[in-house]
Amino acid sequence: MARVDFNVERCKGCELCISACPKKIIRLSEGFNSKGYRPAEVIDQAQCIGCAFCARMCPDVVIEVYK
Amino acid sequence: MDKTATQVFGRPQSLQDRVLHYCPGCTHGIVHRLVAETIDELGVREKTVGISPVGCAVTAYNYFNCDMQQAAHGRAPAVATAIKRVLPDGVVFTYQGDGDLASIGMAEIVHAANRNEKVTVIFINNAIYGMTGGQMAPTTLPGQKTTTSPYGRDVNTMGYPIKVVELLNTLTGPAYLARVSVHDPKNVQKAKEAVRKAFEIQVAGKGFSLVEVLSTCPTNWGMSPVEALKWLEANMIPQYPLGVLRSPESKEAPNDI
Repeated sequence: MARVDFNVERCKGCELCISACPKKIIRLSEGFNSKGYRPAEVIDQAQCIGCAFCARMCPDVVIEVYK
Repeated sequence: MDKTATQVFGRPQSLQDRVLHYCPGCTHGIVHRLVAETIDELGVREKTVGISPVGCAVTAYNYFNCDMQQAAHGRAPAVATAIKRVLPDGVVFTYQGDGDLASIGMAEIVHAANRNEKVTVIFINNAIYGMTGGQMAPTTLPGQKTTTSPYGRDVNTMGYPIKVVELLNTLTGPAYLARVSVHDPKNVQKAKEAVRKAFEIQVAGKGFSLVEVLSTCPTNWGMSPVEALKWLEANMIPQYPLGVLRSPESKEAPNDI
Protein backbone atom coordinates (compact mmCIF):
# COMPACT_ATOMS: atom_id res chain seq x y z
CA MET A 1 0.00 0.00 0.00
CA ALA A 2 1.30 3.42 -0.93
CA ARG A 3 2.05 5.95 1.75
CA VAL A 4 3.59 9.40 2.06
CA ASP A 5 5.57 10.73 5.01
CA PHE A 6 5.66 14.48 5.62
CA ASN A 7 8.56 16.00 7.54
CA VAL A 8 6.31 18.64 9.13
CA GLU A 9 9.18 20.60 10.65
CA ARG A 10 10.54 21.32 7.15
CA CYS A 11 7.14 22.28 5.66
CA LYS A 12 6.49 25.97 4.91
CA GLY A 13 2.79 25.54 4.13
CA CYS A 14 3.10 26.69 0.50
CA GLU A 15 0.26 24.36 -0.62
CA LEU A 16 1.92 23.27 -3.89
CA CYS A 17 1.46 19.62 -2.82
CA ILE A 18 -2.24 20.28 -2.16
CA SER A 19 -2.77 21.65 -5.67
CA ALA A 20 -0.82 18.75 -7.24
CA CYS A 21 -2.55 15.85 -5.45
CA PRO A 22 -4.92 14.05 -7.88
CA LYS A 23 -6.81 12.41 -4.98
CA LYS A 24 -7.24 15.68 -3.06
CA ILE A 25 -6.22 14.08 0.23
CA ILE A 26 -3.76 16.74 1.44
CA ARG A 27 -4.67 19.79 3.53
CA LEU A 28 -2.96 22.25 5.84
CA SER A 29 -2.87 21.19 9.46
CA GLU A 30 -4.80 23.09 12.12
CA GLY A 31 -1.64 23.26 14.22
CA PHE A 32 1.72 24.94 13.67
CA ASN A 33 5.27 23.68 13.40
CA SER A 34 8.13 25.28 15.33
CA LYS A 35 8.74 27.77 12.48
CA GLY A 36 5.14 28.99 12.77
CA TYR A 37 3.92 27.45 9.52
CA ARG A 38 0.80 25.33 9.21
CA PRO A 39 2.31 22.16 7.69
CA ALA A 40 0.60 19.99 5.10
CA GLU A 41 -0.92 16.72 6.26
CA VAL A 42 -2.67 13.77 4.64
CA ILE A 43 -6.37 13.39 5.46
CA ASP A 44 -6.78 9.78 4.30
CA GLN A 45 -3.59 7.78 3.82
CA ALA A 46 -5.55 4.78 2.50
CA GLN A 47 -6.52 6.72 -0.64
CA CYS A 48 -2.90 7.54 -1.53
CA ILE A 49 -1.86 6.01 -4.86
CA GLY A 50 1.84 6.78 -4.44
CA CYS A 51 2.05 8.93 -7.59
CA ALA A 52 4.58 11.25 -5.88
CA PHE A 53 3.11 14.35 -7.56
CA CYS A 54 3.12 16.06 -4.16
CA ALA A 55 6.77 15.18 -3.60
CA ARG A 56 7.78 16.32 -7.09
CA MET A 57 6.18 19.73 -6.54
CA CYS A 58 7.48 20.20 -2.98
CA PRO A 59 10.25 22.83 -3.01
CA ASP A 60 11.55 21.74 0.39
CA VAL A 61 11.89 17.96 0.01
CA VAL A 62 9.41 17.49 2.85
CA ILE A 63 7.76 14.40 1.38
CA GLU A 64 8.96 10.81 1.17
CA VAL A 65 6.89 8.31 -0.79
CA TYR A 66 6.73 4.56 -0.06
CA LYS A 67 5.09 1.85 -2.11
CA MET B 1 1.38 0.63 8.23
CA ASP B 2 3.29 -1.59 5.87
CA LYS B 3 6.87 -1.73 7.11
CA THR B 4 8.01 -3.67 4.05
CA ALA B 5 7.20 -0.79 1.69
CA THR B 6 10.16 0.51 -0.25
CA GLN B 7 10.95 4.16 -0.62
CA VAL B 8 10.23 5.41 -4.14
CA PHE B 9 10.84 9.10 -3.52
CA GLY B 10 13.07 10.93 -1.09
CA ARG B 11 15.95 13.32 -0.66
CA PRO B 12 18.77 12.76 -3.17
CA GLN B 13 22.21 12.17 -1.68
CA SER B 14 23.59 15.19 -3.54
CA LEU B 15 21.27 17.54 -1.64
CA GLN B 16 22.32 18.35 1.94
CA ASP B 17 19.82 17.58 4.69
CA ARG B 18 19.35 21.24 5.55
CA VAL B 19 16.49 23.77 5.70
CA LEU B 20 16.41 25.76 2.44
CA HIS B 21 16.24 29.48 3.16
CA TYR B 22 13.97 30.18 0.18
CA CYS B 23 10.50 31.67 0.65
CA PRO B 24 7.53 29.27 0.91
CA GLY B 25 6.63 27.92 -2.53
CA CYS B 26 9.80 29.18 -4.26
CA THR B 27 10.62 26.83 -7.13
CA HIS B 28 14.38 27.08 -6.51
CA GLY B 29 13.93 24.09 -4.19
CA ILE B 30 12.40 21.99 -6.96
CA VAL B 31 15.24 22.76 -9.36
CA HIS B 32 17.88 22.14 -6.67
CA ARG B 33 16.38 18.69 -6.20
CA LEU B 34 16.36 17.97 -9.96
CA VAL B 35 20.05 18.85 -10.24
CA ALA B 36 20.90 16.77 -7.16
CA GLU B 37 18.92 13.78 -8.49
CA THR B 38 20.80 14.03 -11.78
CA ILE B 39 24.20 14.10 -10.05
CA ASP B 40 23.15 11.02 -8.07
CA GLU B 41 21.89 9.14 -11.12
CA LEU B 42 25.02 9.80 -13.16
CA GLY B 43 27.21 8.80 -10.18
CA VAL B 44 29.44 11.86 -10.57
CA ARG B 45 29.06 13.50 -7.14
CA GLU B 46 32.70 13.00 -6.17
CA LYS B 47 33.94 14.83 -9.25
CA THR B 48 31.26 17.51 -9.54
CA VAL B 49 31.96 21.19 -8.87
CA GLY B 50 29.03 23.61 -8.75
CA ILE B 51 29.24 27.38 -9.01
CA SER B 52 26.67 29.43 -7.16
CA PRO B 53 25.66 32.89 -8.37
CA VAL B 54 24.81 36.18 -6.73
CA GLY B 55 21.11 36.35 -5.97
CA CYS B 56 18.70 34.26 -3.92
CA ALA B 57 20.62 31.09 -4.84
CA VAL B 58 23.96 32.45 -3.60
CA THR B 59 23.92 30.02 -0.69
CA ALA B 60 23.39 27.04 -2.98
CA TYR B 61 26.88 26.06 -1.80
CA ASN B 62 25.25 25.13 1.50
CA TYR B 63 22.70 22.91 -0.19
CA PHE B 64 24.47 20.87 -2.85
CA ASN B 65 26.47 17.99 -1.41
CA CYS B 66 29.41 18.35 -3.80
CA ASP B 67 32.32 20.75 -4.18
CA MET B 68 31.04 24.29 -4.64
CA GLN B 69 32.50 27.67 -5.50
CA GLN B 70 30.81 31.06 -5.42
CA ALA B 71 31.37 33.56 -8.21
CA ALA B 72 31.20 37.34 -8.47
CA HIS B 73 27.92 38.66 -9.87
CA GLY B 74 27.32 37.15 -13.31
CA ARG B 75 30.79 35.64 -13.57
CA ALA B 76 29.87 32.02 -12.89
CA PRO B 77 30.46 30.91 -16.51
CA ALA B 78 33.98 32.40 -16.39
CA VAL B 79 34.73 30.62 -13.10
CA ALA B 80 33.25 27.41 -14.55
CA THR B 81 35.52 27.77 -17.58
CA ALA B 82 38.60 27.95 -15.36
CA ILE B 83 37.58 25.02 -13.15
CA LYS B 84 36.70 22.82 -16.13
CA ARG B 85 40.02 23.55 -17.84
CA VAL B 86 41.95 22.73 -14.66
CA LEU B 87 39.82 19.63 -14.04
CA PRO B 88 38.85 18.43 -17.52
CA ASP B 89 37.51 15.15 -16.15
CA GLY B 90 35.31 16.95 -13.61
CA VAL B 91 31.65 17.78 -14.01
CA VAL B 92 31.14 21.53 -13.69
CA PHE B 93 27.81 23.30 -13.47
CA THR B 94 26.65 26.83 -12.74
CA TYR B 95 23.32 27.69 -11.15
CA GLN B 96 22.29 31.24 -12.04
CA GLY B 97 19.24 33.46 -11.91
CA ASP B 98 18.06 35.88 -14.58
CA GLY B 99 19.43 39.01 -12.89
CA ASP B 100 22.81 37.31 -12.60
CA LEU B 101 23.01 35.61 -16.01
CA ALA B 102 20.98 37.86 -18.32
CA SER B 103 21.99 41.28 -16.99
CA ILE B 104 25.40 41.77 -15.39
CA GLY B 105 26.60 38.36 -16.58
CA MET B 106 25.46 38.58 -20.21
CA ALA B 107 28.99 38.85 -21.58
CA GLU B 108 30.24 35.82 -19.65
CA ILE B 109 27.38 33.54 -20.66
CA VAL B 110 27.51 34.51 -24.34
CA HIS B 111 31.26 33.97 -24.60
CA ALA B 112 31.28 30.74 -22.58
CA ALA B 113 28.57 29.42 -24.90
CA ASN B 114 30.40 30.68 -27.96
CA ARG B 115 33.62 28.93 -26.88
CA ASN B 116 31.52 25.80 -26.36
CA GLU B 117 32.98 25.32 -22.89
CA LYS B 118 32.17 21.83 -21.68
CA VAL B 119 30.10 22.98 -18.71
CA THR B 120 26.41 22.90 -17.80
CA VAL B 121 24.41 26.03 -16.95
CA ILE B 122 21.15 25.87 -15.02
CA PHE B 123 19.43 29.20 -15.67
CA ILE B 124 16.50 30.16 -13.45
CA ASN B 125 14.18 32.66 -15.13
CA ASN B 126 11.50 34.11 -12.86
CA ALA B 127 11.22 37.47 -14.66
CA ILE B 128 12.30 39.54 -11.65
CA TYR B 129 15.14 40.24 -9.22
CA GLY B 130 14.23 38.21 -6.15
CA MET B 131 16.83 38.79 -3.44
CA THR B 132 17.15 42.56 -3.83
CA GLY B 133 13.42 43.27 -3.57
CA GLY B 134 11.59 42.64 -6.81
CA GLN B 135 13.24 45.02 -9.28
CA MET B 136 12.76 44.76 -13.05
CA ALA B 137 15.02 42.18 -14.71
CA PRO B 138 16.00 41.88 -18.39
CA THR B 139 13.48 39.02 -18.48
CA THR B 140 10.54 40.95 -16.98
CA LEU B 141 7.47 40.67 -19.20
CA PRO B 142 6.03 43.69 -21.08
CA GLY B 143 3.58 45.45 -18.76
CA GLN B 144 4.75 43.50 -15.70
CA LYS B 145 4.81 45.60 -12.53
CA THR B 146 7.95 45.49 -10.42
CA THR B 147 9.37 47.86 -7.81
CA THR B 148 11.35 49.67 -10.52
CA SER B 149 8.58 49.50 -13.14
CA PRO B 150 5.60 50.38 -10.93
CA TYR B 151 3.38 51.20 -13.92
CA GLY B 152 4.43 48.06 -15.75
CA ARG B 153 7.42 47.47 -18.05
CA ASP B 154 7.10 50.01 -20.88
CA VAL B 155 8.82 48.45 -23.88
CA ASN B 156 9.36 51.88 -25.47
CA THR B 157 11.74 52.95 -22.73
CA MET B 158 12.75 49.67 -21.06
CA GLY B 159 13.00 47.31 -24.01
CA TYR B 160 11.65 43.81 -24.48
CA PRO B 161 12.41 40.67 -22.45
CA ILE B 162 15.65 38.96 -23.45
CA LYS B 163 15.09 35.40 -24.66
CA VAL B 164 18.35 33.82 -23.56
CA VAL B 165 18.12 30.42 -25.23
CA GLU B 166 17.00 31.92 -28.55
CA LEU B 167 19.85 34.43 -28.31
CA LEU B 168 22.44 31.71 -27.59
CA ASN B 169 20.95 29.60 -30.37
CA THR B 170 22.31 32.10 -32.90
CA LEU B 171 25.81 30.93 -31.93
CA THR B 172 27.45 27.95 -33.60
CA GLY B 173 29.12 26.80 -30.36
CA PRO B 174 26.58 25.41 -27.89
CA ALA B 175 25.73 21.70 -27.86
CA TYR B 176 22.44 21.77 -25.96
CA LEU B 177 19.92 24.55 -25.30
CA ALA B 178 16.51 23.92 -23.79
CA ARG B 179 13.75 25.78 -21.99
CA VAL B 180 11.55 24.01 -19.47
CA SER B 181 9.11 24.95 -16.71
CA VAL B 182 8.27 23.63 -13.25
CA HIS B 183 4.63 24.72 -12.95
CA ASP B 184 3.13 21.22 -12.63
CA PRO B 185 4.33 17.64 -11.99
CA LYS B 186 4.42 16.77 -15.70
CA ASN B 187 6.63 19.72 -16.51
CA VAL B 188 8.84 19.05 -13.48
CA GLN B 189 9.46 15.61 -14.99
CA LYS B 190 10.28 17.16 -18.37
CA ALA B 191 12.61 19.62 -16.64
CA LYS B 192 14.36 16.70 -14.97
CA GLU B 193 14.89 15.02 -18.34
CA ALA B 194 16.37 18.23 -19.77
CA VAL B 195 18.72 18.72 -16.79
CA ARG B 196 19.84 15.11 -17.07
CA LYS B 197 20.41 15.45 -20.81
CA ALA B 198 22.46 18.61 -20.23
CA PHE B 199 24.71 16.83 -17.72
CA GLU B 200 25.02 13.76 -19.94
CA ILE B 201 26.19 15.94 -22.82
CA GLN B 202 28.89 17.43 -20.62
CA VAL B 203 29.98 14.01 -19.33
CA ALA B 204 30.19 12.79 -22.95
CA GLY B 205 32.43 15.77 -23.74
CA LYS B 206 30.07 17.12 -26.39
CA GLY B 207 30.16 20.74 -25.26
CA PHE B 208 28.21 23.56 -23.66
CA SER B 209 24.73 22.84 -22.31
CA LEU B 210 22.20 25.25 -20.85
CA VAL B 211 18.73 24.63 -19.45
CA GLU B 212 16.50 27.65 -18.82
CA VAL B 213 13.91 26.87 -16.16
CA LEU B 214 10.83 29.09 -15.96
CA SER B 215 10.29 29.64 -12.24
CA THR B 216 8.21 31.69 -9.84
CA CYS B 217 8.83 34.40 -7.25
CA PRO B 218 5.61 34.41 -5.20
CA THR B 219 6.97 36.98 -2.74
CA ASN B 220 7.95 39.64 -5.27
CA TRP B 221 5.14 38.86 -7.70
CA GLY B 222 2.74 39.43 -4.79
CA MET B 223 0.90 36.15 -5.19
CA SER B 224 0.37 32.90 -3.34
CA PRO B 225 2.67 30.09 -4.51
CA VAL B 226 -0.23 28.30 -6.24
CA GLU B 227 -1.37 31.52 -7.97
CA ALA B 228 2.22 32.14 -9.04
CA LEU B 229 2.42 28.77 -10.83
CA LYS B 230 -0.81 29.61 -12.69
CA TRP B 231 0.54 33.06 -13.58
CA LEU B 232 3.71 31.46 -14.92
CA GLU B 233 1.73 29.09 -17.12
CA ALA B 234 -0.62 31.80 -18.42
CA ASN B 235 1.88 34.63 -18.92
CA MET B 236 5.47 33.40 -19.10
CA ILE B 237 5.09 30.38 -21.39
CA PRO B 238 3.52 32.42 -24.26
CA GLN B 239 6.51 34.78 -23.99
CA TYR B 240 9.09 32.04 -23.44
CA PRO B 241 8.08 28.95 -25.47
CA LEU B 242 9.18 25.62 -24.01
CA GLY B 243 11.28 23.08 -25.86
CA VAL B 244 14.72 21.88 -26.91
CA LEU B 245 16.19 24.45 -29.28
CA ARG B 246 19.54 22.78 -29.77
CA SER B 247 20.87 19.30 -29.24
CA PRO B 248 23.93 17.51 -30.61
CA GLU B 249 21.62 15.77 -33.07
CA SER B 250 20.37 19.12 -34.46
CA LYS B 251 23.69 20.94 -34.39
CA GLU B 252 24.16 20.79 -38.14
CA ALA B 253 21.32 23.28 -38.53
CA PRO B 254 21.66 25.70 -35.63
CA ASN B 255 19.02 28.15 -36.85
CA ASP B 256 16.45 25.55 -37.73
CA ILE B 257 14.30 25.74 -34.57
